[in-house]
Amino acid sequence: MRGITKRFGDLVANDHIDITVEPGEVHALLGENGAGKSTLMNQLYGLLQPDEGEILVDGEKKVFRSPRDAIAAGIGMVHQHFMLVPVFTVAENIALGAEEVRGGPLGFLDRRRNRKDVLETSQRYGLPVDPDALVENLPVGAQQRVEIVKALTRDVDLLILDEPTAVLTPQETDELLAVMRSLAETGKSIVFITHKLREVKAIADRITVIRRGRTVGTATPDTSEDELAALMVGRDVSLEVAKEPAQPQGEVLEVAGLIVDDDRGVRAVDGVDLTVRAGEVLGIAGVQGNGQTELVEAIMGLRPARSGTIQLEGESLIGKSTKQVLRSGVGYVPEDRSLDGVVKDFSVAENLVLDMYDRPPYGSAFKLNPKAIAVNAAERVEQFDIRVSSPQSAVGNLSGGNQQKVVVAREMSRPLRLFIAAQPTRGVDVGSIEFIHKQIIHERDNGTAVLVVSSELDEVVGLADRIAVMYRGRVLAIVSPDTPREEIGLLMAGITGTNDEEDGQ
Amino acid sequence: MSTATVEDLTEITAPDRFWNRQRRLGAALVIIGLIAAIVFGSLAESKTAKFTLSEDAEGAALSINGQFGAILFGVVTIAAGAALLAGVAKRWQTWLLGLGIVTFVLSFLCWQVAGKFLPLVDTVSGSLELALPLILGALAGVLCERSGVVNVAIEGQFLMGAFGAALVGTLATSVWAGLISAIVGGVIIAAMLAWLAIRFLVDQVVVGIVLNLFALGVTGFLYERLMQPDALKYNSPPRLPEWKIPGLADIPVIGPVLFDTNLLVWIALILVFVIHFGLKRTRWGLRTRAVGEHPTAADTVGIRVRGLRYMNVLLGGVVAGIGGAYFTLVSTSAFNKNMTAGAGFIALAALIFGRWTPFGALGAALFFGFAQKLANYLSAVGSPVPNQFLNMLPYIATIIAVAGLVGRVRAPAADGVPYVKS
Repeated sequence: MRGITKRFGDLVANDHIDITVEPGEVHALLGENGAGKSTLMNQLYGLLQPDEGEILVDGEKKVFRSPRDAIAAGIGMVHQHFMLVPVFTVAENIALGAEEVRGGPLGFLDRRRNRKDVLETSQRYGLPVDPDALVENLPVGAQQRVEIVKALTRDVDLLILDEPTAVLTPQETDELLAVMRSLAETGKSIVFITHKLREVKAIADRITVIRRGRTVGTATPDTSEDELAALMVGRDVSLEVAKEPAQPQGEVLEVAGLIVDDDRGVRAVDGVDLTVRAGEVLGIAGVQGNGQTELVEAIMGLRPARSGTIQLEGESLIGKSTKQVLRSGVGYVPEDRSLDGVVKDFSVAENLVLDMYDRPPYGSAFKLNPKAIAVNAAERVEQFDIRVSSPQSAVGNLSGGNQQKVVVAREMSRPLRLFIAAQPTRGVDVGSIEFIHKQIIHERDNGTAVLVVSSELDEVVGLADRIAVMYRGRVLAIVSPDTPREEIGLLMAGITGTNDEEDGQ
Repeated sequence: MSTATVEDLTEITAPDRFWNRQRRLGAALVIIGLIAAIVFGSLAESKTAKFTLSEDAEGAALSINGQFGAILFGVVTIAAGAALLAGVAKRWQTWLLGLGIVTFVLSFLCWQVAGKFLPLVDTVSGSLELALPLILGALAGVLCERSGVVNVAIEGQFLMGAFGAALVGTLATSVWAGLISAIVGGVIIAAMLAWLAIRFLVDQVVVGIVLNLFALGVTGFLYERLMQPDALKYNSPPRLPEWKIPGLADIPVIGPVLFDTNLLVWIALILVFVIHFGLKRTRWGLRTRAVGEHPTAADTVGIRVRGLRYMNVLLGGVVAGIGGAYFTLVSTSAFNKNMTAGAGFIALAALIFGRWTPFGALGAALFFGFAQKLANYLSAVGSPVPNQFLNMLPYIATIIAVAGLVGRVRAPAADGVPYVKS
């Protein structure tokens, strides 16, 4: 790819990027969230068209108007959000778009041949998949194998993997890396998009680092992690969170025997017992989709509990509305900032009082008090280092990190007994991550009980005083943050080899 | 694959709510069963109710004492409901529910027919004929909605089809020219729907309603200006001929219903099979379902999402147009202003009640057709039950279906969501 440039309005997502992938190499595209990695690869796969620049395959100039053209040129892509039809079987999903048919123009599906193709490819590359299973019933790791088999049945020479490890346990990640290695050995090229340094170092032959839409350098895998991180974010960052040992006091949140169903009525939280004490951070580790979201939503009154108890300093939260829960001294940073955290078209000042607009001094049941709201906004912007031209500008114009600071500032400006942060730094730049982490620890030191849910193990380990590992709706174990990562990783995969489940209680 | 032991998690049994779906259905059946046994039973005259195979009161017939029948079938309904309440195995649930509903209807019939007679053949063939446009309309809906375009414009497609068939059929004095122009009429509305919904991303329900009003306005205007002044020249289309297949037509009940009838009945029934098979077993069907469920996934494997949606909406227009032809070439032989009178919406209801499947749509359409036929019969025999109640049935059934009382009704995931490339 030569001189690829892509603009979205004023935003330059890719700025004259050059990148070459050799046959049989694993080429890592490293960069922070929002650096433009996926945008670049979507252009290579024909989902987006570059504004400038050209794509060459085997020295030949190509224009990809749709994925159809890219597939024809031998390019396959495994997307970050899987492109699988949930109600189809594995074989149907893999056949889709390249079906084996009989009967000429009528196109009867040849199910037996479709099935055979799947099994052959899956055996050839050592990727076990069950062709007759429904995709919606498969765990994420298996869905990802389906995606890879899908690309491989189309005889690709170049396979793009977009953040493939984001949803995997450490063990599944290792398996995936092994598969990538063996694919590269058969002569396929792989582009591996990620922001995880460890994986890059383990697998890549060559590394291209992208920052804010530009290539900032290429590196070899023997470059140190610190150097790569510095390239990625542009300055030295501390990956550790500085904090004193916690001084936990009485129990604030007590969850016992909690059972919650998800939207489809499938059991998501399956008997969870938890306590969070004042002045400590309880981190919940686990691969996404193991019930963390539903657990937090049940505590916040956003989702009914099937059974069990949730108590805040002895007073039950079951059956209370979200507003009542918030008003009883619970701060909540929701998982999906843009959907649940802020109202994008509202100003920063308005977003900062979304929970208190009908309370003095910000307003009463009938009117708002703009002056008090403005004063509050000015204070919070200052205190939480929210980079904004004016508190009156819309939150939607801010960067992800600053939007998240608005949410954190709002939730921390009430007197709190319990602070719940779900994925507090997802899609947030490194500078803001540091700041938000500091604020969370500060809140803890003020004697608030803190519950942090994150799918980033580094974040949980850095923040938490105790770590609860969730797997399939259960807390498998509560461990101390000094536990070896390997062990936590095994727990995240549901593997409890040793009998240390009661540790840290 | 890791070989370590993975924690085998059996789900903790949460206390199930006592009033689960099966118990609620059971309770509902017991209640309607009680109504049937007590109300219908006490109101029914103790006279013979005759269900005759011929057109009049004579000849072979199934007879039962009206009062006895009403009570008997009501009791069976109660029994089915009680079995559901007691918590039988899941696989019996649908059968018991079906049994309960059928016996309730039979109990009702015993009450109404006591002392009179109900010609079976006429009821069945009448139901089928009334269901005919509903089947075709619902199939048109299946084609559109399985590929992700909501089709509220079935009513408009019917009207255009009916109008086109009447006008061209009269001018050309050919029923076949009429049928073809009915198809053209349906496709015109479908093309506008497709164009606005797929190209310009206008809200599909709004477009559908607008197109219905458009079709009503255009056909109404032309009817008043063109057809009404000179009906002989513009509005007397020929009827679709009825064909009798020798041999097969002599089978009792089924014979006269299926094999001594007009072409549209066969077209509709064959289309049910063709579309069912097509969706399940062909490349077109697989891609259509993929585009309706997860268009982005379809796009990333090189399927032309919009192209396929255009094609399916237009095909839906063809089927709905044929359904429109029913009104002027089969049912009556003249176009009339707003003559479809909401049939397109009942077809939409049949589509939802039939859970977006061809056979489901067929079943729902037949059920609604039967309700209409029964309404006609009741008003003919002077029943005390206002026939409006039976005419309401399609809508009530749809509300019940959408409320999820008869199994989960799940539309295609991307139904009504326009596809925009990111």
